[in-house]
Amino acid sequence: MAVFIDLMLLGMLAITALRVIFLKDLFAVVMLFGIYSFLSALIFVNLDAVDVAFTEAAVGAGISTVLMLGTLALTGRKEKTNNHKSWLPLLVVVATGAALIYGTLDMPPFGDPNNPAQQHVAPRYIQDSPQEVGLPNMVTSVLASYRGFDTLGETAVVFAAAIGVFSLLGLPKRDRAAIESGLKSHLVLRVVAKLIIPLILLFALYVQFHGDYGPGGGFQAGVIAAAAIILYALVFGLPLATHVLQPSLLKVLAALGVLIYAGTGVVSLFLGGNFLDYNVLASDPIAGQHLGIIIIELGVGITVFAAMLAIFYAFAGQAERKNIP
Amino acid sequence: MILETLSIIFLVLGAFFSITGAIGLFRFPDFFTRVHAASITDSIATLLIIIGLILRTDFGLIAVKLLFILIFLLLTSPTASHALAKSARHGGLLTMAETRDDKNKEAH
Amino acid sequence: MLILAATCIAILSVMILALARALKADTVYDRILGVNMFGTKTVLFIAVIGFFSGRPDFLDIAIVYALINFIGMIAVLRFFEYTAAEEQEDDTAKEDRTS
Repeated sequence: MAVFIDLMLLGMLAITALRVIFLKDLFAVVMLFGIYSFLSALIFVNLDAVDVAFTEAAVGAGISTVLMLGTLALTGRKEKTNNHKSWLPLLVVVATGAALIYGTLDMPPFGDPNNPAQQHVAPRYIQDSPQEVGLPNMVTSVLASYRGFDTLGETAVVFAAAIGVFSLLGLPKRDRAAIESGLKSHLVLRVVAKLIIPLILLFALYVQFHGDYGPGGGFQAGVIAAAAIILYALVFGLPLATHVLQPSLLKVLAALGVLIYAGTGVVSLFLGGNFLDYNVLASDPIAGQHLGIIIIELGVGITVFAAMLAIFYAFAGQAERKNIP
Repeated sequence: MILETLSIIFLVLGAFFSITGAIGLFRFPDFFTRVHAASITDSIATLLIIIGLILRTDFGLIAVKLLFILIFLLLTSPTASHALAKSARHGGLLTMAETRDDKNKEAH
Repeated sequence: MLILAATCIAILSVMILALARALKADTVYDRILGVNMFGTKTVLFIAVIGFFSGRPDFLDIAIVYALINFIGMIAVLRFFEYTAAEEQEDDTAKEDRTS
């Protein structure tokens, strides 16, 4: 059954990808990318990679669709027609693809438990993490504790991306609230959105603090919370959203999250451990690990929330300036 | 046992309504009739399938989560269908009857 | 168990039909409709498959999907209301379309 479902999903994935290549209407392409990411997340679910599926669902299908639409609002809907024949690039691509396929012949069999990838550090995590960290969700233990440095780097990357977007596009000013925008004529939508936005925020908090026990964590929670505010901005207009959550506050929050994360590392240095060694944060190593993971997940969540929302503000602000004379 | 039977009935009905809606999405002649077909799968099939699943739980946290999904979908998908139909109407899409009237007028 | 498998397959075939609608749409609204239906059926599919494989953790993902699908839909509508007046979709037939 699982193999059958995998095959069906992969088939749909391939068809969607092919259609995306041949479509000229970029608006339709963005929508099909939404389906593409739904499908790839379903494949992750089927492979039992629940945390990855969670991230793909929140980021791939949600935020990237919104941001790509924001880009289209700035650039236009049609792909430029490309007339010149490009045989040489095609040849290079085919040759590279053939070489890659030839390379896979030497790979160890797919999904074999004796593969080197499964024998390297994974057994140690599986055997020792219940004693060393003690969280039911092992993925969170690996991400936040064993590989805390990596996650710090990723958070810094998200922060850097937000900085890059600010410096290129700039954030909308708060006091430009003169223009009323949003989906004004959709009364039903406005009422339902008011009901739903608190539910989304509540769910984001659940994901943030339940990440130790089930799928989820700071990254996903930040994205979901940002999606709630994005929904508000879409339905009620950007000026109102920037009035509620000011862009200058977002700048502070984005930096604050990284600071919380790195600060936890510095505190553990002062308490006599290594950088990001949570064992010394409390008297009992396990309690220290739990405390450290909750704090750094909070840092990740705050940074991701602020960065995603600020990127959306930057795009939407540009789009409004372009569309309203 | 009774719960199991009920659950099976709900799931079968849900699957039936899903498939009829999907067929309607293909076979109906214009956009507004297709919205109607799609909304049927979105509302009643969701309701039936999720109730069918709730009957299979031990009515704990999982049932609450399913209920949350149900409430959420029942709020959002009719709203989305409504907004879409309204947007199509504003965008100038006509119903089948109106298109026919237009053609008659042109003929006269 | 059998009934869950059957429901899975039913939802999967509905997803395939919705995908086909989204891939080959008469108007842009049909495409949005197909994408939206695909999204809601994905939510149901994840819920059913979670029961089928005995991992109710999956329900969290189903909730995320329900939220995200709605937001994506609203974003598409909002964008479309911005640009609908300027351009029309041209890659497929538009017989029942007057504007």
